[in-house]
Amino acid sequence: MNGFLQIVRRDLHLAMRQGMDSLMVVAFFVIAVVLFPFGVGPESSILARIAPGVIWVAALLSSMLSLERLFQADYEDGSLELLALQPVALEITVMAKVTVHWLTTGLPLIVAAPLLAVLMNLPDDGFVPLMIALALGTPALSLIGTIGAALILGSRRGGILLSLLVLPLYIPVLIFGVSAVDAVIGGFSARPQLLILSGLLVAALPLCPWAGAAAVRQGIE
Amino acid sequence: MPHFTGTDLVCFRGERTVFTDLDFALAPGDALVLRGPNGSGKSSLLRVMAGLSQPLAGTVTWDKEAIAEDPEAHNHRLHYIGHADPVKPVLTVTENLNFWISLRLEGGVDDAIKAALGRLGISHLADVPGRFLSAGQKRRVNLARIVAAPAPLWLLDEPHTALDQAAMDNLDDAIAGHRDGGGMVVMSSHAMAAPEDAQTIDLGHFQERAH
Repeated sequence: MNGFLQIVRRDLHLAMRQGMDSLMVVAFFVIAVVLFPFGVGPESSILARIAPGVIWVAALLSSMLSLERLFQADYEDGSLELLALQPVALEITVMAKVTVHWLTTGLPLIVAAPLLAVLMNLPDDGFVPLMIALALGTPALSLIGTIGAALILGSRRGGILLSLLVLPLYIPVLIFGVSAVDAVIGGFSARPQLLILSGLLVAALPLCPWAGAAAVRQGIE
Repeated sequence: MPHFTGTDLVCFRGERTVFTDLDFALAPGDALVLRGPNGSGKSSLLRVMAGLSQPLAGTVTWDKEAIAEDPEAHNHRLHYIGHADPVKPVLTVTENLNFWISLRLEGGVDDAIKAALGRLGISHLADVPGRFLSAGQKRRVNLARIVAAPAPLWLLDEPHTALDQAAMDNLDDAIAGHRDGGGMVVMSSHAMAAPEDAQTIDLGHFQERAH
């Protein structure tokens, strides 16, 4: 536990000092969503219809944007090799990295989402399920993405490879995240969708750090 | 007394046999120097000893127990210095060291850092951010990391790289102190700088045989 907290603290510290990364992810999220009213026109009923999907897709893409750097900086300066040689299980180290990724990208996305929902004219009923779905879904995105981030270690063109690896795995989260919001807007309960999202998160929680650690070991060998 | 040994090690990298049937045995206080031209497998052997890569055949053991059995216990007793010095440019020297050392020490981290910086002759750099350090200074920070948190086994890959004469002397002192306390050192080096009573493995002859 001590090792986990130390790594979280150090990575947050690094993120604060380097500052811009986290802000850029949110800026990308905002810009990506803002493009849609320009693209499909300001018809408010159309915007309201596509709002949950647009916000979720933009959230997926922005969460992926910062994944490439998750291990890369530590890999390049030898820190990752050394982290693997500390008396902290590599799975814990990977879990700490996931936590920091979520704190620096997932959490800001959740905070920015209501503003964008207003912009996209999301019906009032949709706000609460959107926030709950994002709160359950973004940690799952960080967890799943970690496997991809670890697999691309040492490869050139890592960013494109990463999106090919990770985006297909994001699809279940996208489907249930969007349909949770749509269900409530349509007058149904979002409970089944939210339960499935929770299930995805609970399944990813032990599996992804384990798979990510295996991929990191492969990457630094 | 713990012993660190390797038997019948075979290492294979990139479709090429790097070394075969390699044995080593270290007792507390021993030093082992790996020699050989570039690409002869000095780093590969050190990485096998650290458990970073697996040998194709053979076993590395600590106290008769294979290190692959319990990698975390092995991590606990080793310090490794590789080619890169992991010093984050945006953190100060103290902050950099604080992270690595607090992964190993429960308390007294600040004192350990101060003492280690003093031994490596870089106390004046304590509050300097990593981005202003030269290659030699980064290497000294990396060495301060292993001096500050005691571990019985040091695996050093070309530790003298980028160091000036004074720093090399500091390093040699640190190694001597470590061995006096019952520690073991394995280091690769083409520099003449090596403890006089050290064992040597010359990895060069594996290459000749391969041709």
